[in-house]
Amino acid sequence: MTGIAIVGAAETTELGVIPGLSEIQLHADAALNAFADAGISARDIDGFATAGFRPTEVAQYLGLKPRWVDGTSVGGCSFMVHVRHAVAAILAGHCETVLITHGESGKSRVGKSGFAPAPASFAGQFEAPFGVVGPPTMFTVPVLRYMKDYGLTHEQLAMVAVVQRQWASRNPRAFMRDLITVEDVFRSRMIAYPFHLLECCLVTDGGGALILTKADRAKDFPKPAAHIWGTGESSETQIISQMESLTSSRAFRVAGSDAMGEAGINHSDVDHLMIYDAFAHLPIYGLEDLGFCKKGEAGAFIAEGNTAPGGKLPTNTNGGGLSYMHSGMYGMYALQESVRQVRGEAAAQVAGVEVALCLGVGGMFGASGCAVLGRQPKG
Amino acid sequence: MPERPLPQPTPETEHFWAGTRSGELRLQRCQTCDTTYFPPRPFCPECSSRHVEVFVASGRGTLESYVINHRPHPAWSEPYAIALIKLEEGPRMMSNIVECPQTPESLVLDMPLQVVWQKQNEQITLPLFRRVVASGEHR
Repeated sequence: MTGIAIVGAAETTELGVIPGLSEIQLHADAALNAFADAGISARDIDGFATAGFRPTEVAQYLGLKPRWVDGTSVGGCSFMVHVRHAVAAILAGHCETVLITHGESGKSRVGKSGFAPAPASFAGQFEAPFGVVGPPTMFTVPVLRYMKDYGLTHEQLAMVAVVQRQWASRNPRAFMRDLITVEDVFRSRMIAYPFHLLECCLVTDGGGALILTKADRAKDFPKPAAHIWGTGESSETQIISQMESLTSSRAFRVAGSDAMGEAGINHSDVDHLMIYDAFAHLPIYGLEDLGFCKKGEAGAFIAEGNTAPGGKLPTNTNGGGLSYMHSGMYGMYALQESVRQVRGEAAAQVAGVEVALCLGVGGMFGASGCAVLGRQPKG
Repeated sequence: MPERPLPQPTPETEHFWAGTRSGELRLQRCQTCDTTYFPPRPFCPECSSRHVEVFVASGRGTLESYVINHRPHPAWSEPYAIALIKLEEGPRMMSNIVECPQTPESLVLDMPLQVVWQKQNEQITLPLFRRVVASGEHR
């Protein structure tokens, strides 16, 4: 255990399509909701972390007076990494109460900057010339290797989307809630073979915010705390073509084992799991790299219903990036669901969640952050 | 056809792009630990040694993985494969497969490939790959 807890957590009031809010206001909307959740205001915050924007810009917008800032920006898992850094900063006495925000106008693109790799970067020189156009053409490219080496079938890949829709159907805030079949997945538009539309994440608008402080202060806040038992982080590659292995993420392995080690838990201790699912193969890689499944067995594990409602390892219970929401940097929403499950207030609540593990990815298998949360302070 | 987004060589990668201009696929090898690596940089990513050399690779490799992109791109009018090529010397690089239907049936994993050159302008020639045809077989 770290002795640090999440005492406030909230998403933006709306999720999905929010053309009436600019990107920075999505940060603020989530922050204000997190303040309300924790019963505090900007005056109580002395540490701040965010990604996308510079922390300076959002801190000023919110009226914060931080004595500690972190602008670590490694993609969608930046917020897991911020949690880890905030734990260290609070323990070091650099600050007492940290706010972490995310906001992204991924769909409506209000007040949003563009994305293109610099032509002199590795991505600009050694990937862009060959026709990559965004995550669907990069994140996806390792999977045929995995399918050949480990026998993962197209049906099993589609089942990841089918199972997560089962969870989303129980969540009124999920963007896509109608149950789907493997045939529905196969009939959806081809995006980048072998990935169909329904095997790719949503593109929506939203935000989220977390407030962290020492666990011994948790009783001063109105809502139950989510205690941070352990964290991990790593980075591997900025370009997908240079990931160490096409069938396993080194960043997942490092971040996951560090988080579980610090928490002092085994796989059997985990009641609830979140694995950042930008595309349908991510939960397969995550389950194996975290050690919940042996190499090559995660596709069947998911297809057999083990991660589905009623299964032995409930995973991505908000519906995930495939069905709940995906603004671009989804990690914040995975953390929010972990907090809700530990607090016992999720839409599709799993009974008796004592320990929740949340694994994030950044870039295209580029980085990872991981957090283990507990209902009780002791690990 | 509009051109692809083109690389901007840096002092550290210029030897690679000079190589493609002259029909050579140049890789680097560490003289301390013997690791062959890519993309180019003036030190070994394995052992941090600055003692590295540039050498001309065989241009041979195999198809390690790919996707067939169906989303629009200004430089392509039809779905096209974005491929990862495992080079004979060890490193992996991204490229495209030419002279081959862009279909799962024709793009068979692990098939042997050979580099071919596609000139974009006076400065930039891109390394692309085509299937190696066994002698006696007609393409």
